[in-house]
Amino acid sequence: MKRSLLMLVLVIAASFALPTQAAGPAHGLLMIRVKQSFPEAMSVLQESIADEGYTLIRVQRVDVGLTKSGYKTAEYRIVFFGKADEVHRLSKKYPDLIPFLPLKLAIFAEGNDSIVVGANPRVLEDFYPDKRLRPQFRKWERDFHKILDRVQYGN
Amino acid sequence: MVRSLDLGRYNQARTGSRTKERRLNWRSTAAALLFLVPLTQTGPALGAGDQTGAQLFARNCSACHGSDGMGGVGVPLALPAFINSVDDAFLRATIRHGRPGRVMPSFAALGGKQIDSIIAYMRTWTGKHPPAYPRKHIRGSVAHGEKLFASHCAKCHGDHGQGGHGTGVTFSRPRNLPILAPALNNAGFLAAATDAMIKHTLVLGRSGTPMISFRKAGLSDEDIDDLVAFVRSMQKSADAMHRPDPSKEPPMIVRESGSGLEQTVQALKDALADANMKLIRVQYLEQGLLDPGKEDKKQVIVYSCAFGFLDDALKVDPRVGLFLPCRVTVVQEKGRVVMMAVNPKRLSALFNNNELDQLCDRMYKKYVTMMEDASF
Repeated sequence: MKRSLLMLVLVIAASFALPTQAAGPAHGLLMIRVKQSFPEAMSVLQESIADEGYTLIRVQRVDVGLTKSGYKTAEYRIVFFGKADEVHRLSKKYPDLIPFLPLKLAIFAEGNDSIVVGANPRVLEDFYPDKRLRPQFRKWERDFHKILDRVQYGN
Repeated sequence: MVRSLDLGRYNQARTGSRTKERRLNWRSTAAALLFLVPLTQTGPALGAGDQTGAQLFARNCSACHGSDGMGGVGVPLALPAFINSVDDAFLRATIRHGRPGRVMPSFAALGGKQIDSIIAYMRTWTGKHPPAYPRKHIRGSVAHGEKLFASHCAKCHGDHGQGGHGTGVTFSRPRNLPILAPALNNAGFLAAATDAMIKHTLVLGRSGTPMISFRKAGLSDEDIDDLVAFVRSMQKSADAMHRPDPSKEPPMIVRESGSGLEQTVQALKDALADANMKLIRVQYLEQGLLDPGKEDKKQVIVYSCAFGFLDDALKVDPRVGLFLPCRVTVVQEKGRVVMMAVNPKRLSALFNNNELDQLCDRMYKKYVTMMEDASF
């Protein structure tokens, strides 16, 4: 009975740890394509960010700025998000991390599909060798995967 | 990257032999599961070994090449004229090595079986068997091939075979051609393509793309051999091409200001106007996260954009959103006022795109000029 219980716990733990595999191909870039129109994908992205406990700070309407300046573009937005306690704590203890705060993901229309792309927060490990920051970067990486997974697969 | 491969082998081993699996007692299974946790948490986001080709394609390729292989940020692969004219070895080497400096990354973490599964899936698009090309070199006059290349190929493939500008056929931007002309002087291409495959392409062209049949255009078999010899001679320049090592670049550009925080922010606004950058917004770092008035007023972000420059960058790679908008953070700390910005040259390395590297070099210089102008 104890063995079965232990096995169950281990299996559950492993399943939570399985990679979400939402990420796309390119090394430090996390990228997904979804068969959703831009407004639908944008809506799911914002919900997914909130579901991971982040505050949606702002949506930068890049396409609007480009269009006003006379350039043609499909919909293109940058979604900024963060957690107040994280940003406050990290910016005080590691001020040189500020240029990478808050977190962000780009979303743009690609024909009838939408693409969401962001830098894998784990690349920050190369930029900031302080090992105390690693758990934070890896937490962000997992959260990014969860957010992108939810947008792509709805889970 | 190796970790994912190991995991794939682990999964294959687990599913490969039921008899062996039964022999595992609960302790070894538990140990394996515990081992699985760190592997999967830190491994790259590539498919496991038992996934089908369609799943692996969806996971690793579709973001760029489109769900149906008809292109997007990456070139269309499902065009019959393409997929029916390339052999499996070409596709295998392309997936394995990518195209250095041309957006297509190398998928070094994918196992051989996974790559073969992807290729098998790609073959279902047309249901045709791949051609079989001999691997021997084609002899020809490189000098004559160079002349023919200048008159027949350079318009699309570039004077030096460097390929068309930007990414594949991205549907997010206006584009002039239905497909990006591949870079021929690329180490990844030359490693993947046999002389016979290049000749086949020159003889037949690629229906559905601007690549015409050179035989129909009047070139003789000998002329085409000369062209193949010239393309193969690009190996030397491909080998000599080295991307700058981004790890030598600092992740940030930092300049200390000789003025107070408010004066520095104003000087920065003036500097970006001088640099033809449009001011987007000035805000505190914690704005939007904390109640208004509670933010740290000594952490200020100045957002700006040069829309012409941005349009150029998006044509080169529509994924550059992680640079947007341009921003310089001004922080007052322990009596010092410091300006900080991400170093575009360091981040550009994420994109595997030589053209973007050049734009990021320009952006780096712009940042430095602005910050130095504002530091007095």
